[in-house]
Amino acid sequence: MSYTTVVGLEVHVQLATQSKLFCRCSTQFGAEPNTQTCPVCIGMPGSLPVMNREAYQLALKTSVAINCEIPAFTKWDRKQYFYPDLPKGYQISQFDLPMSEHGWLEISDPKDRFEPKRVRILRAHLEDDAGKSVHDEVHGRADSEIDLNRTGTPLLEIVSEPDMRSAAEAKAYMQELRLLLTHIGVSDCNMQEGSMRCDANVNLHIDTPDGKAATPIVEIKNMNSFRAVERAIEYEAGRQYRVWQETKQQMGDVPKQTRGWDDAAGKTLGQRSKEESSDYRYFPDPDLVPVLSTPEEVEAVRASLGDLPADIRRQLADDHGLSSYDADVLVNQGREVLAYFFNAAEKSGDYKAACNWVTQDIQRVLKEQEQSIDEFSISADQLADLISAIGDNRLPKSRSKDAFELMLTNEIDVAAAIEKLGIEQVDESALVTLCQELLDANPKIVADVKGGKQQAIGALIGQAKKKNSNVDPGQVRKMCLELVEKM
Amino acid sequence: MAITRDDVEKVALLARLELSEAEIESLTTDLGQIVGYVDQLAEVDTDHVEPMAHAIELHNVFADDVVRPSLPREQALANAPSHNGKGYLVPPVLGD
Repeated sequence: MSYTTVVGLEVHVQLATQSKLFCRCSTQFGAEPNTQTCPVCIGMPGSLPVMNREAYQLALKTSVAINCEIPAFTKWDRKQYFYPDLPKGYQISQFDLPMSEHGWLEISDPKDRFEPKRVRILRAHLEDDAGKSVHDEVHGRADSEIDLNRTGTPLLEIVSEPDMRSAAEAKAYMQELRLLLTHIGVSDCNMQEGSMRCDANVNLHIDTPDGKAATPIVEIKNMNSFRAVERAIEYEAGRQYRVWQETKQQMGDVPKQTRGWDDAAGKTLGQRSKEESSDYRYFPDPDLVPVLSTPEEVEAVRASLGDLPADIRRQLADDHGLSSYDADVLVNQGREVLAYFFNAAEKSGDYKAACNWVTQDIQRVLKEQEQSIDEFSISADQLADLISAIGDNRLPKSRSKDAFELMLTNEIDVAAAIEKLGIEQVDESALVTLCQELLDANPKIVADVKGGKQQAIGALIGQAKKKNSNVDPGQVRKMCLELVEKM
Repeated sequence: MAITRDDVEKVALLARLELSEAEIESLTTDLGQIVGYVDQLAEVDTDHVEPMAHAIELHNVFADDVVRPSLPREQALANAPSHNGKGYLVPPVLGD
């Protein structure tokens, strides 16, 4: 019997504003507990929320970037529930008239583990965040400590349709969303700090002799990394299949369940069962006024976005001849690395070489040194010079990695590195003489090449390097082949 | 729409109100009358009336994204039934 895993994701991203959604308290992460609150965000009677213009603009920008339709009218509603980290007793969210709906995000896998697809987005709405409970179980204290600094921070909730069919697709969706949102600068999408959070709705469609059966939907919470999203969904699919084999319970037989991911144990564990949506008793928040937007405003936002990651991938592949794999790897490094790459590629005119340096050697160094591209000691201009030096044979390809290492460790430019390596240009006549000598000394190789075995030349390259360490292997090969033809 | 005792008990639970037997009785009657009063609106023909999404005519009221000073922590915590000088203290929430 086989089954398909069906996944929908609810992603919350904190929008990168200075102040909160409905008051002017700071949103800075990591401050002392309860030092960034005011009567509005801690729900004092008589306080009045006023919407942050920047938060709305960032939400709008995101909505347009994920291809959503923007209705002309939107409003905010109160979602009532009781929890210690929610001082107002309700969250200000959006119920029946969200600010955006019906979008999509394209996902693909450079390793081709799944077909590229569009994941439909049901809606994206703007709401305020809750505070945090600090559980101090180590000291065995009975009480939980509540920090309300985060309360009121602007969140965009992005709800996908259940269009993903594996844990890998769900992870790819999260990664693509983070790439897009960090690219347009609306959020830093840091899962560890909680500025990007994700709940997954998971169930299975199982092939049975009597047709398809769907298992009850489970919502998974508490996944704090991309890896956790992938592992939790994989675990949950296996668990649901085992439960189904035992109980044959289908969707509708039991209420929707919420399970928390325990990363250390590698398991999902049961939590409270989910209250029905009507239990939140949504109603329009009388303290806030609706927001109207015109098609012209939406178009202006669209125009301001510029090229998005998906566009840049296409350009790199179609206009600059990179493989789609290379284009993907490059774009996935993020906006700063991409800007560095474009500088080096445009200045040197060699996109493929720039891509190789950036995605291989430079990435390796950045990882080893735990550096960002801004801290990297070789500038994009210097990399372009390195690429050009290889291109016009001032630097043999075989010595290029040595030159790169020298530039890196001694913080010098490529000309200085070439000098330090003792590389002198081998002029054409010296190269001809050297190659001719080698060919004359190796009649068997000449015969082999004439007989169609061009790779026989390889044996001469090592000998050429012994005679003169400055020769470029590629040039030796080319020159020898030319000379053989004349022989 | 008639209001039943079950409705009152459910709403009381959601609002975290602990009601006595007598209160449930009287609230069932009161809420029934209120809902009945509002139900009179159902008699009005609204076929050609645009639904009202919000009671206020204003729209697009925004504030600039500029940080202003927050409350000093002592003041923020001052009215809490229990705190430790840093955070509000609450009984542990079960099942989380």
